[in-house]
Amino acid sequence: MGLGLVPLGLAFGIVVAHSGLAWWWASLFTTAIYAGSFEFLLVALVGALAPLGTVALTAFLVNVRHVFYALSFPLRRVHGRLAKTYSTFALTDEAYALATTQQAHSWSTRRILWLQVFLHLYWVGGATAGALLGSLIPDSITGLDFALTALFTVLALDAIRDRRADLPTPVLALLSALAARLALPGQMLLTAFTLFTAGLLARHLATSKSPTHA
Amino acid sequence: MPDTRYLLAAVAVSAAVTWALRALPFTALAPLRASRTVQNLSTRMPAGVMVILLVYCLRDLPLTDPRALAALTALTVTISLHLWRRNALLSILGGTTAHVILATTLVAH
Repeated sequence: MGLGLVPLGLAFGIVVAHSGLAWWWASLFTTAIYAGSFEFLLVALVGALAPLGTVALTAFLVNVRHVFYALSFPLRRVHGRLAKTYSTFALTDEAYALATTQQAHSWSTRRILWLQVFLHLYWVGGATAGALLGSLIPDSITGLDFALTALFTVLALDAIRDRRADLPTPVLALLSALAARLALPGQMLLTAFTLFTAGLLARHLATSKSPTHA
Repeated sequence: MPDTRYLLAAVAVSAAVTWALRALPFTALAPLRASRTVQNLSTRMPAGVMVILLVYCLRDLPLTDPRALAALTALTVTISLHLWRRNALLSILGGTTAHVILATTLVAH
């Protein structure tokens, strides 16, 4: 599963090479930040010499969704201060998606950490290779950034299949995302996550009051 | 061309913000974890979160442009491959390859 990060990393490395930065910036970005979708934006931001305040604000807005992950990521099964530090540092969308599946309920500290380490290595390795190869690929080749879209498509399909009895949840998410896109396109992610969480909460409260609740 | 000091500062700022957003909520939200409401939410959230991120990736799709055709075709390829083989690497490589071929040839003309 985590191997899906390799083509995404390659795509990111090529984007870095085409932006004119030295190849090792791709390695440094992916090692130190490790937030895929934000890093694609960061290359554009530093290319335009954006102020550091803008960089910080963009990092906040694109990654604020991770706040919600603390509700379900199994950090209490990761023991040790250092392990917890790394585990939160490497809490990406992919790590969250994989560690919250049904089959992950019995995973040990070691299993969760190795998952995160491997995802991290795939991402750094892919990006480094992509940046090294990037200069060989002509600028006229476009569309590699679709790797990110494809990754989320796969993660969404797997997560829906994992709980296939619960179709209203992805429908609610889809409606939240479309509403956020139309109403507040500049703050789409934050708006969509807030609407989605509020919708889930409302649905839970409505069903738990009904007498048929199991 | 951005200089090294600026780039290092941008990386440091981004890393600090990202890590804070991932680590702090575990402390701040700790009292909530025992609640049945939060447990119910947490089992339902992953699928929805990924759907929202997918829509976010497609948010600026110009529906009247050939680029939209490339993206929608590639999305269909990704979904079909994944429903058929359930192999994430294959689905991502297949979808991305389709997109690169279409985007490169459509934009060139």
